[in-house]
Amino acid sequence: MFCQVCGKNEATVEFTEIINEEVKQLHLCDQCAKDKGIEMEQNFSIADFLAGMSDLGIKSSKGDIQIKCKKCGMTFEDFQKVGRLGCGDCYIEFRKNLLPLLKRIHGSTRHIGKSPKEVDETDGKKKISEAQELRQRLQRAIDAEEFEEAAALRDRIRALEKKTKEKP
Amino acid sequence: MTLDDLWNGTGEWLKGTGPDPDIVMSSRIRLARNLAKYPFPHWASEEQLEGAISDFESAYKQAQGYFNGALFLRMKELDSIEKQMLIERHLISREHIFNPEHKAVLISEREIISIMVNEEDHLRIQVLQPDFNLRDTWELADRIDEELEQYLDFAVFSDLGYLTCCPTNVGTGLRASCMVHLPALVMTKQVGKIVQAIGKLGMTARGLFGEGTEAYGNFFQISNQVTLGHSEEEIVDNLERIIKQIIEQETAARNSIFANQRLLLEDRISRSLAELKSAKLISSEETLGLLSIIRLGADLGIVKGLDRSMLNNLFIQIQPAHLQKKEGKQLSAEERDAVRAEFISKKFNI
Repeated sequence: MFCQVCGKNEATVEFTEIINEEVKQLHLCDQCAKDKGIEMEQNFSIADFLAGMSDLGIKSSKGDIQIKCKKCGMTFEDFQKVGRLGCGDCYIEFRKNLLPLLKRIHGSTRHIGKSPKEVDETDGKKKISEAQELRQRLQRAIDAEEFEEAAALRDRIRALEKKTKEKP
Repeated sequence: MTLDDLWNGTGEWLKGTGPDPDIVMSSRIRLARNLAKYPFPHWASEEQLEGAISDFESAYKQAQGYFNGALFLRMKELDSIEKQMLIERHLISREHIFNPEHKAVLISEREIISIMVNEEDHLRIQVLQPDFNLRDTWELADRIDEELEQYLDFAVFSDLGYLTCCPTNVGTGLRASCMVHLPALVMTKQVGKIVQAIGKLGMTARGLFGEGTEAYGNFFQISNQVTLGHSEEEIVDNLERIIKQIIEQETAARNSIFANQRLLLEDRISRSLAELKSAKLISSEETLGLLSIIRLGADLGIVKGLDRSMLNNLFIQIQPAHLQKKEGKQLSAEERDAVRAEFISKKFNI
């Protein structure tokens, strides 16, 4: 039997591939099997990356790991396990530990690109929503380390979100 | 547009009508957006996921112009072949077919725009255009984003930009990519060096079907990795520059093979054509490899009378789910290899 990838060499390796729930048996020659092996090693997820963070000199203290997002309930430890955040507020709650990570990934911690348009309502166009404005103010308060102000703003955002959710 | 219209149509991106259609098959922009009021999909409750779907549904219906005739599909209503076909057409990711209960996708006419709902992020906006057309593609994605933003409250901070489920996408939430066909760089064994070099420039190369897939048929998707700290225009500009270089390199490699190893090249092309014409069993991987050589032959004028759009379309039509849809039933891998061989030999025995 010939290799099912190149169709040229004798197949010597049986290879099981699972793509989109479909299990597939492939008969490959040495070279194509080797190519597949190499490509598999390159599949490297963000979770692996995070797991390796302590080797890169970014350590989180025990206290940091237990920090819990007040909005969605995710802890920093959860995040380290799944490599994904729970909600937008996690970026506030885990900020101290996230910034060095963002720096590592992107080489930067500041967004330069576009943001939703802040246009006056008299133009007939969209005005920035109340929730959006509050979130921006919250961000500024956190940047300035005005934590009392930040807490008050956070409560207002939550109240507002509750209100919009209850709307029919 | 109905589901049948979708299956019977051809994606605009396969038409091969724009600039540099020989080397760049398509240009793609993806924007990740989340709704501020819900947790990210993997962390959300069923009601919240449904909330995100209905919020998006009412937003796109209000958004004027872009979605006339678009098809809104709940993933749970599609059978497994249909879901697979959407992947083969590059309209959804491979991840989007798992746990389909609270997932959806909106597909515009001619398949230029597709928006996945509740994939890793609430919205994944994709614009896919033929050939080397990154700037236009970005501008269209930007306009769609602005249109949707009038009806949806996106999670965004002034300093971190658009907030995404995975920190690798935060900021612009933008992934720009080009699908490039590099048979000559593969033949001359230069492609590894190029993949390495673009890695150093903050870009990455993936296979035909995105993350974790292989470069079958000598197709590579080149895209930016970094989303924070550069503006969208910079990201698009950088990628455009790199793709231009890759075009130059591939062109040089093609010219060199054409000038110095013409007989060898013609031999390879006519053998590939013969195999496609006469095979009785052929896997999709092998077909892609052979089609790639034929495509190169057509680009160089060695194979005559083949339409680029037909060839591009074949790369999709020979995929497993498309073959099964055509046959109207589920087929085992070996049955598919037989059906594929018959289908492809008909295409070339004219």
